[in-house]
Amino acid sequence: MKTSVFLAGLAVAGLAAAAASASTLSDVQKRGVLNCGVNTGLVGFGAPDANGHWTGFDVAMCRAVAAAVLGDSSKIKFVPTSGETRFTALQSGEIDMLARNSTWTFKRENDLKLTFVGVNYYDGQGFMVKKSLGVSSAKELGGATICVQTGTTTELNLADYFKQHNMQYTPISIKNDAEGKQQFLAGACDAYTTDASGLAALRATFEKPADYVILPEIISKEPLGPVVRQGDEQWASIVRWTLYALIEAEELGVTSKNLEELSKGTKNPELNRLLGSEDNLGGMIGLDKLWAKRAIAAGGNYGEIFEANIGTSTPIGLARGLNAQWNKGGLMYAIPFH
Amino acid sequence: MSLAEDRPDSGFRLSKLVYDSRYRGYTIQALFLCALFIAIGWLLSNAAANLARLGLSPSFDFLWNRAGYDISLKLIHFTNDSTHGRAALVGLVNTLFISVLGCITATVLGVIVGVLRLSKNWVVARLMTVYVEIFRNVPLLLWLLIIYAVLTAVTPAPNAYRGANPSAHMWFWGSVAITNRYIALPAPMFTHSLGFADLGIFWISLDFVALVAVIVAGVLINRVILRRASRIQEATGKRPTTWWSTLLLILGPPVVLLFALGLHWDFPALKGFNFRGGVLAPNSIFALWFGLSAYTAAFIAEIVRAGILAVSKGQTEAAHALGLRPGRTMSLVVLPQALRVIVPPLISEFLNLTKNSTLAFAVAYADLGATLGGITLNQSGRALECILLMMLIYLIISLVISAVMNVYNRSVRLKER
Repeated sequence: MKTSVFLAGLAVAGLAAAAASASTLSDVQKRGVLNCGVNTGLVGFGAPDANGHWTGFDVAMCRAVAAAVLGDSSKIKFVPTSGETRFTALQSGEIDMLARNSTWTFKRENDLKLTFVGVNYYDGQGFMVKKSLGVSSAKELGGATICVQTGTTTELNLADYFKQHNMQYTPISIKNDAEGKQQFLAGACDAYTTDASGLAALRATFEKPADYVILPEIISKEPLGPVVRQGDEQWASIVRWTLYALIEAEELGVTSKNLEELSKGTKNPELNRLLGSEDNLGGMIGLDKLWAKRAIAAGGNYGEIFEANIGTSTPIGLARGLNAQWNKGGLMYAIPFH
Repeated sequence: MSLAEDRPDSGFRLSKLVYDSRYRGYTIQALFLCALFIAIGWLLSNAAANLARLGLSPSFDFLWNRAGYDISLKLIHFTNDSTHGRAALVGLVNTLFISVLGCITATVLGVIVGVLRLSKNWVVARLMTVYVEIFRNVPLLLWLLIIYAVLTAVTPAPNAYRGANPSAHMWFWGSVAITNRYIALPAPMFTHSLGFADLGIFWISLDFVALVAVIVAGVLINRVILRRASRIQEATGKRPTTWWSTLLLILGPPVVLLFALGLHWDFPALKGFNFRGGVLAPNSIFALWFGLSAYTAAFIAEIVRAGILAVSKGQTEAAHALGLRPGRTMSLVVLPQALRVIVPPLISEFLNLTKNSTLAFAVAYADLGATLGGITLNQSGRALECILLMMLIYLIISLVISAVMNVYNRSVRLKER
């Protein structure tokens, strides 16, 4: 008798579990708030300022999506995630999307059942050392103690690189950037390794940034991009095309300044389709005509977001490099809005 | 006989399950068990259904995949070509290593503090009170963080030992260097080494095995001689002098062996970024070891104090009346009786220490939580599997500790005949 009750219980439970979750878009619209997973604090990419207002390159992606979907770039609940918790948070439905300098890899997409909707920053892993160490190349780091953030592709790249170059090293696995900074500044490790953009962001928070150099070697490809769960193609499309809308806007010369004027209609049909004065692209992904206009209005086009958060005029001081438009020597290439 | 005939003998009826107090207990227990199984089944099937909805099926295959990362502290063979399973094993060995070290020092420290807290010396007793209250009332994580931060911030970087006029100097005639990464110690080397034996997952030095063997042999032979001395003492009233044979048996063989093997020391020296040669013991070990020991010792001290106070005062007075000095009274009369009270709660403290070692992440010590529950979890993305496996492993460790300590408890508890 006990077994049959047990089986009946299982059946009931199975039914209860099946009745969850329909579409992420309707969930978000019903909730009125976008749950966006971001870094716990990486200046330039995702960090709260002194007033608790989240800013950064990845945060701008959240804001653009919120503007496109909810019509208000401030209706976001930012969920700080660590390197370890980010994908679980996404899988469990705690967040609707993840914009947290996460590398797009085969295993993450196919083994963890996640969809990387695109690349918003082409990065690569580098090393930072104290200038006084007199090291000018990563190949001179044999025997060094290296601080590496745990729970990232960084650890694997590091092991591979030193193996390829037949060098020894001692890894110190640190939990987050704050701890890594403390260890690195105290001299507990000779070098700090993470994505080159992260190194630049970290260096900007040092007291004397000029005393530290980022070595020229980039030892890996790190395409960073926003992530959503697999199984909801519509939601993936919304996030993907919001990203492309920002990139396309830069290519077409749409900025936050001329946006209003251009959205009234121009001679360029592609631009008109993007901004909604012609055709109804938004309707095809469950949104309205003006979704892309609102997304661009939230923080400007891709180039504006880049310059405002991590560009050469900011303390982070990153050059566009690979992240320039495709027609300017970079890899940023929006899929056409046809 | 007539009583038996009067009793209604209707056998078992279904209604008895509710109305008969003899059976009601079983009914309630059965219902409770059913409810429990349903609850557990619901949780399991809910997790399974949700995982299936995400397209994730629980699997432990990843344990046989290449790990691809390096671990700085490893007591068994491991390279980045080893499997995730082996990485978990490295973490497990590290966890056991720090737990055993911690349990030993926490017990020693705890007993000393517990005894001293009852000292008649006002200053000593109060100092111990301060120690206990400070350590037991601040979370362990904070202790670990502060100890590690101090070790990192106060000690010099290896670079400080460089050059003709270094800003830091090595200790003990240039043999030991304390840095903010590790403590570099000289390592024993042997000219005529016996080599190493490969035990599958780790190498063991045969020199070390030989050394342990001669020491154990010396102690055993010494024990025989002491027993003979006691026999002679009981028979004749005169104890033969044994101190020189004891000294010879304990010290002699190891010295001869070390000399025969050609013992010399490999001193650490600064080469490149770090010290080379010798033994480099990472600071994370010391921070975690000290933190766990000092914290748990505060609790053990209280247990020891309670145990001692539980022994009737008459025992101490009787011992004094027999002419035993306070030290011997404590070790011969009071502590053996107090152990009975001390051991059961001591088991809990050992379990706590082992489980608290998961805070190793705060000091970058590669324990089970850092390998299986940290890097492997992230690289494989198998959060549920990794955490379940970790829970199972800690459960087994704890049950083993409990079992061993229960055996010990049985040997010290009051034998009632």
